[in-house]
Amino acid sequence: MALLYDEIKWNKRKSLAITAFFVLFVLVVCFVFAEALGFFYGTETLGFALFPILMLVAIGSTFVSYYYSDKMVLAISGARPAEKGEFPHLVNTVEGLSIAAGIPLPKIYVIDDPAPNAFATGRDPEHSAIAVTTGLLKTMGRYELEGVVGHEMAHIKNYDIRLATFAVVMVGFVALLSDFMFRIGLRPGIGGGGGRRSGGGGAAIVLIAIFFAILAPIFAQLVRLAISRNREYLADASGALLTRYPEGLASALEKIAKDSRKVEHATDATAPLYISNPFKGNLLSGLFSTHPPIEERVKRLRSM
Amino acid sequence: MGIIEIMFLALFGVVGLIAIYVIFTYNGFVTLSNQVNNAWSQIDVQLRRRYDLIPNLVNTVKGYAKHEKETFENVTKARAQMATAIDSGNVKDKAAANNMLTGALKSLFAVAENYPELKANENFKMLQEELSGTESKIAYARQFYNDNVMAFNNKVQYFPSNIIASMLGFKAREYFEIEEAAKGPVKVEF
Repeated sequence: MALLYDEIKWNKRKSLAITAFFVLFVLVVCFVFAEALGFFYGTETLGFALFPILMLVAIGSTFVSYYYSDKMVLAISGARPAEKGEFPHLVNTVEGLSIAAGIPLPKIYVIDDPAPNAFATGRDPEHSAIAVTTGLLKTMGRYELEGVVGHEMAHIKNYDIRLATFAVVMVGFVALLSDFMFRIGLRPGIGGGGGRRSGGGGAAIVLIAIFFAILAPIFAQLVRLAISRNREYLADASGALLTRYPEGLASALEKIAKDSRKVEHATDATAPLYISNPFKGNLLSGLFSTHPPIEERVKRLRSM
Repeated sequence: MGIIEIMFLALFGVVGLIAIYVIFTYNGFVTLSNQVNNAWSQIDVQLRRRYDLIPNLVNTVKGYAKHEKETFENVTKARAQMATAIDSGNVKDKAAANNMLTGALKSLFAVAENYPELKANENFKMLQEELSGTESKIAYARQFYNDNVMAFNNKVQYFPSNIIASMLGFKAREYFEIEEAAKGPVKVEF
C-alpha cells in the first residue's frame, strides 16, 4: 500500500535529481569550454556569447519535433486509428483508464504487427496518443491489457514525453558544443596571437576541455538513458495505481518478454517509446538501454 | 519609531498574513470541490450509459431465453431503481442502485451462459463488451471520485484549514461506496 505511493514519490525525486544534475553538468561543460576558449583567444566572453546561440540551435531543432513528434512517430510506426466498431475492447479499456487518470481521452491507434508491444506519445495530455500492436490485443487478457494501457496512460499523465524531449535537447546541445570545440575552438593556429599562451595553468584547462569534449557527449547520453529508465519504473508504479492491480502489468510484461518477435516498423528513434524494447535480443545491457530489465520491473510490480 | 507604531505594524503584518492564508485556503477548497464535482459527473455519465444499454440487452436475451422471467424482472427492477437514483442525485442512492444493478446484470450474464446460441449472437457479444466496458468505467470513475473526495475531506479535517472550512461552510463529501460482493474479480486494494 504505502509502498506504492512511496515508490512513486521516490521515482519522482530521482527524476528531479537526475534532471538537476543534468543541467548542472551542462553548465560545467559550458564553463570549462569557455575557459579553454578564453585561454586560446584571450577572451572568455567569446565562449559565453557563443553558447546561448548553440543552445538556441539545439532547442530549435528539437522544437519542430516537439510539436510534430506524435504525428511523425505514428506515421513511422504504421499506426492507424482504432475505430470503436473494430476494436471495442481496446477503446473501452483506454476510455476507462483515462477516466481513472482524470485526463482527456488520448487518440487510440493500432499497429498491424504480431509482436505484442505498445507506446504512448504526444507533448501533453491534450495532445496525446496511445498505440498498441494487434499482437498485443491478441496475446493479452483483459487485466493484462489494462495493465499495459495503464502504463501508457501514466507516461502521458507524468509528462514523460516532455521530459524525454528536454533530455534530447540537452544531449544535442552537448554534442554541438563538443563538435564545435573540436572543429573550431581548439584547433591550433586559428587562435591567433592574442591568447595567453604562456603559463602551465592555462594548458591544464585546455587538456580538461579536450577531455570533456570527448567524454561529455557520451556521458550526456548515459544520463538521458538513466532518465528514460527511471521514468519506466515510474510509469509502472503509477500505472499500477490506476488499475489498482500491479499483477496485470507484471504478467503482461512477462508475456512480452517471452515473445521473441520484433516490431517490424520500430526504428532506433521510436524504440525508447515502446513499453518494452521492440528489437528484443540485441540489447546492450544495463547502461546503454532505454528500458530497465523486464525481470526487475516485474519484481518491483510484484512487491507493490 | 515609537513603540505604538511598531505594534501597529506588527498587527498589520499578522492580519495581512492571515488574510493571505485564508484566500489561498479558500481557493484550494474551491479547486478541490470542483474536482470532486467533475469526478462525480464522470460517474453519472457512465451510470446513464449503462442504464441506456439495458433494454437492448434484455430484448436480445429474451429472444433466446424466454423462460428466465425472474432474472428479467430483477434487472428491470434494478434499472427502475437506478432511474430514481439518477433523478435524486444523491450519492448513497446511486451507489445502492449501482450495486443492485451490477448484481442483477451478473445473474443475467450467468443465465446467458446456458444458451450457446445466444452467446454466439453478434449483437449479444457487442452488448456484453459494452456493458462490461461500462462497468469497469464506473469502477474507474468511482476510484477517481473517491480519491478526489479523500483529498477534499483531508483538507476539510486537517488543522488549521478545518477552521476555514467550517467558517466558509465546506463540508466533508460522501464516498461512493461499493459492496464487497459486487467488486467482481479480486483486485488488490491500496
